[in-house]
Amino acid sequence: MRIACPHCGPRDRREFSPRGAALARPGPKAAPEDWDAYIHQRDNPAGITREHWYHIPCGTWLTVTRDTVTHVVEATE
Amino acid sequence: MRFSGLRVLAEGLRGQRGWTPHWHDRSPDAQYDAIVIGGGGHGLATAYHLAKEHGLTRVAVLEKGHLGGGNIGRNTTIVRANYFLPGNSEFYSRSLKMWERMETELNYNVMHSQRGLINLFHSDGQRDAFVRRGNAMAAQGDDAVLLDRAGVRRLLPYLDFDTARFPIHGGLLHPRGGTARHDAVAWGYARAADRRGVHLIQNCEVTGIDIDQGRVTGVQTTRGAIRAAKVGIVVAGRSSQVAAMAGLRLPIESHVLQAFVTEGLKPVIDHVVSFGMGHFYISQSDKGGLVFGGDIDFHPSYAARGNLPMAEHVMEAAMTLMPMIGRARVLRNWGGIMDMTPDGSPIIDRTGIDGLYLDAGWCYGGFKAVPASGAAMAHLMATDRPADYAARFRLDRFATGRGLMDEEGTGAQHSLH
Repeated sequence: MRIACPHCGPRDRREFSPRGAALARPGPKAAPEDWDAYIHQRDNPAGITREHWYHIPCGTWLTVTRDTVTHVVEATE
Repeated sequence: MRFSGLRVLAEGLRGQRGWTPHWHDRSPDAQYDAIVIGGGGHGLATAYHLAKEHGLTRVAVLEKGHLGGGNIGRNTTIVRANYFLPGNSEFYSRSLKMWERMETELNYNVMHSQRGLINLFHSDGQRDAFVRRGNAMAAQGDDAVLLDRAGVRRLLPYLDFDTARFPIHGGLLHPRGGTARHDAVAWGYARAADRRGVHLIQNCEVTGIDIDQGRVTGVQTTRGAIRAAKVGIVVAGRSSQVAAMAGLRLPIESHVLQAFVTEGLKPVIDHVVSFGMGHFYISQSDKGGLVFGGDIDFHPSYAARGNLPMAEHVMEAAMTLMPMIGRARVLRNWGGIMDMTPDGSPIIDRTGIDGLYLDAGWCYGGFKAVPASGAAMAHLMATDRPADYAARFRLDRFATGRGLMDEEGTGAQHSLH
């Protein structure tokens, strides 16, 4: 698997650390249910998903759109 | 057909012509008392216990592929009860006792081999943690023996004791731990369930769950609609997809866990050895292949195959622990889809929809749980109350924060287990 870092270009998966599903973080006054949904509950799709990855050499956080069935990386931002 | 030594001898004398299929390949009826979605180890065990202990005579197991084609056929076959936390501890202890009776109960040879499991430690801090774990296992009534370096060396002389990156300080021996023939567990439960009248229905994928006013009424499948007042979801890595048919969102991410097997070798590794520092574990199958694995790939995946980086990591861990393994050639590798929960512990619970039950979240430890999970899930489905030994496997523990069972102590978050 290769992921395109906006700064460094396409790099090997070994340079990246997966940091979990890309979800909107609830505000500080959000209800406990919203925090539970954010921290624990997942759509966990078999197909396209959006997740955060961290590029270790350059320190960039990425939002990666990836297919969980084929491992194809569709987009990074 | 009953298996016995006499029968094996008789069949040998008459050319093995008397064996019959172990179960019937059924077509679905229009209605059942209970439906178990998923014909893997947990699903088949659930159906068996529904029929055996709870008197449900009309039970169906719906499997989208073939029986035992999922994680029950894709694991590293380790059976153990070396858990630490209340909740897990009593559950896996019970499960191991059920393993010890399984072959007699099912009249099936699952090749359960209690060859001993050794968790290595490599620092004083790790030793203290294993002493504590061993005491918890002993307090639960199970067996644990602390080995010093010389003790490990006596049992596992082939490890690298001199130049390893993580020097071996000792190990925690769990003598009743071991392995079993994974496919045979599925076959054994399938046969035993079939003998009690359970319908095993293959190539029958559930495509919808029918709910009327908060109560399950049946399922839609690729082989037509089937009605039932009780439906259990027991589908491991596909839990999120099946639960979504009932409008549920689960605290589960599906990850791939890889495993590897070498060509067959003469007996060389007599135990199950686990090397936590490299996240590596190994045993030798009865055919002679070295069966080993490592950690999950850490990004969600349904690919049922792994990526090269984790494969390399596992090989590196193997080489630093036991350099002799470098002479063995890897024959196959594969991946299973693990239903990972935030705290690394499972869920056997109601779902908030009457008659719909969930048995999921086994992470990378589902194989050893098969018998107790089946019994607990059957108890839950039949009585609407959790079995006492599985009462802590609650679905709502993440929302409430009460009763989290984070065995690794890393925090109850996805991506940390």
